[in-house]
Amino acid sequence: MGFIWFWIVAIMLVAYVVLDGFDLGVGILHLFLARSERERQITLRSIGPVWDGNEVWLLAGGGTLYFAFPLAYASAFSGFYLALMIVLWLLILRGISVELRMHVNVGVWKSFFDGLFVFSSALLTVFFGAALANVIRGVPLQADGYFFVPLWTNWRAGAQPGILDWYTVIGGVVALVALAVHGALYLAVKTEAGLQERARSVAKRLWMLLLVLTVVSLPATMIVRADTLANYRAYPICFLVPVVVLLALLGMIHFCRKGDDRKAFACSCAYLTVMLAGAAIGLYPRLLPSTTGSQYDITIEKSLSGPHTLHVGLVWWACGMCLAFTYFFIVYRMFRGKVSLESGGYGH
Amino acid sequence: MDALLLHRIHFAFTITFHYLFPQLTMGLALLIVALKTIAIRRKDERYNEAARFWARIFAINFLIGVVTGIPMEFQFGTNWSQFARTTGGVIGQPLAMEGVFSFFLESAFLGLFLFGEKRLSPWKHWACAFLVFVGSWISGFFIIVTNAWMQHPVAYRILPNGAFEVTSFWALLTNPWALLQYAHNMSGAVITGAFVMCSVGAFYVLENRFAEHGKIFLRVGVIAGVIACVTQIFPTGDLHGRYLAKHQPAAVAGMEGLFSSKAGAPIVLIGQPNEERQTIDNPIVVNDVLSFLIYGTTKSEVQGLDAFPRDQWPAPLPLLFYSYHIMAGLGTYFVLLMVIAAFLLWRGKLFRTSWVLWPLLLSLPLPYIANTAGWMTAEIGRQPWVVYGLIRTSEGYSKYVSTGNSLFTLLGFMGIYTVLSILFVVLVYRIIDTGPASEVASAPKVVAPTVT
Repeated sequence: MGFIWFWIVAIMLVAYVVLDGFDLGVGILHLFLARSERERQITLRSIGPVWDGNEVWLLAGGGTLYFAFPLAYASAFSGFYLALMIVLWLLILRGISVELRMHVNVGVWKSFFDGLFVFSSALLTVFFGAALANVIRGVPLQADGYFFVPLWTNWRAGAQPGILDWYTVIGGVVALVALAVHGALYLAVKTEAGLQERARSVAKRLWMLLLVLTVVSLPATMIVRADTLANYRAYPICFLVPVVVLLALLGMIHFCRKGDDRKAFACSCAYLTVMLAGAAIGLYPRLLPSTTGSQYDITIEKSLSGPHTLHVGLVWWACGMCLAFTYFFIVYRMFRGKVSLESGGYGH
Repeated sequence: MDALLLHRIHFAFTITFHYLFPQLTMGLALLIVALKTIAIRRKDERYNEAARFWARIFAINFLIGVVTGIPMEFQFGTNWSQFARTTGGVIGQPLAMEGVFSFFLESAFLGLFLFGEKRLSPWKHWACAFLVFVGSWISGFFIIVTNAWMQHPVAYRILPNGAFEVTSFWALLTNPWALLQYAHNMSGAVITGAFVMCSVGAFYVLENRFAEHGKIFLRVGVIAGVIACVTQIFPTGDLHGRYLAKHQPAAVAGMEGLFSSKAGAPIVLIGQPNEERQTIDNPIVVNDVLSFLIYGTTKSEVQGLDAFPRDQWPAPLPLLFYSYHIMAGLGTYFVLLMVIAAFLLWRGKLFRTSWVLWPLLLSLPLPYIANTAGWMTAEIGRQPWVVYGLIRTSEGYSKYVSTGNSLFTLLGFMGIYTVLSILFVVLVYRIIDTGPASEVASAPKVVAPTVT
């Protein structure tokens, strides 16, 4: 049961990263790619009908973590207090910048919300990357299952680290570049002409950087947590993960050069999925490792909810996911193809 | 600064601000469905224009509701980790279900509703509006289920590690408290929607701008309003009150300011509770009424606060007393105003009766105050427990989050929410000022000039 719920939470978070990832990426690149007012409207319209639904995966994933693993939820959320609150503020700012920009036809107003959109999207992405790196690196858990980490201490990944140290900053930068590429490839799918060309060329240029960072992040993880490979050694089939990561990276650049944007975007989705799956394999069966001794690790076993909760949960979760997939299918089908500004909406 | 008090204010502030928006979302969603239904059945384009107008306001309101709602789910973990850790197996369930069953539905069909009118047939577009309505009402249900378990825990057992587990999923979802509270809360949301619609309608009619649309708003708003206002008091408020008296007698004693138990208990209409001397200052009371309201006879004894140990009194007591009285007082006023308005509407005189249109215009903030006061009554009445009778609020908060950190984030939320309030008021006023004229006429204002 613990195994199933571990992977359910993981799948929901992967869905969040892949889906909200492209609209975060569009946000990061918004001002760099879209030059004219018309192009800015197009980039915003490309995510307009879907960003809110994508963000629901974060909420649904968080809620699922809460009920399946209450201890992990309570410990992590209170321990990362300041970082989480900043993430919440950024989510608020980002939401209003996407939606309120079009309501007032004043240049200064629009420029302000454009800037806010880029700022909040980029910083959110860095925080998400750093958050994942924090979970991989571990936190100074105490015997009662709690911890509290400040935003930064001495930038070293020791026993008493901060939320930001050299390793988690790398995590943040990997996320920033990966989602920027992801967003650029999405824009290439959804737009035409100059904007599409620019999106492709940015994707190609950032791709080199992503390749380097991906390769760097692997030994960095080994330095910070030597036991990450334990599951890989036990089940050598897991070593397919880095292979698939590499293939996905190569596919991205290959299809992008050929101008097959859909396949390039699909490769980017695969890249994100497998990177996260790799991290989850390294983590299992821990939810939050400790830097103060493995006896304090928050494991699945320690924090799993009672059996009745989880059995019933499986039933409604499966039903709920079928419904969610249906909605997503309808929405993405409805708004498939290139973005057009003439298709209406309530001044939105 | 006291850590417990700070965490309580943190949650109270963020939830109070948040709930200003969902109450309109839920109320307005129903009214938009009504407008669209009439538009299709009567083939009347003005109702479609009215629906589009309210959809614009709905979109901004929904957005602020979403962005201020995300912090709520996270705050169980950040500020109330000890509570989250022990109760996650119970209340984590409805919270996760809210995400899975409601937010996906709402967000998907709101996108289609707002962006897709030209691509969809009228009935399909109606269906999108309907599904947004269903999604928002499901969301309300799961939140009420969560709160109801904290008010009136049912179907649980305690695991060896001290955490709670659900023993029956259905009993959790059909907690009688939840059903009563849901009915009471949702009619409260419809009251907010109806009053907002009436207020804008009265504004247009009094101002003689968009008066035809203003009359539509008044007609729909008054009919929905009169039904919801009556339902709010009877049966939902009445039943909820009796159930409360049975299961949280200390809360009722605090709400009514009844310091000592007595038969033929009076109802205090106005007064100021004096905790030191355990009396009500400057009281205006009606004898026997409280006994009658709770038990149906004037002779029954009602338990006063003296029946409970001091450390189980709800606190802060005066705030509980005032919240309840503000809620009940405003609720009575709503019934009065809406019944008069509905009578005049029926006689065909409402649109010319300015002494009723003015109160309808000015009552805009009152349902927000009443709904907020109602929730404060429920939440302060539950004190000193976070889960009634099981976990004290003082045992629930995050011990390792220092007061410096929680004050920092409280101030941050206050700052951001101030900005949100200003943006909301400005943008909604612009929409009202632009008016519900046909989409072609209003196009230059809402679609950017580069579009030809």
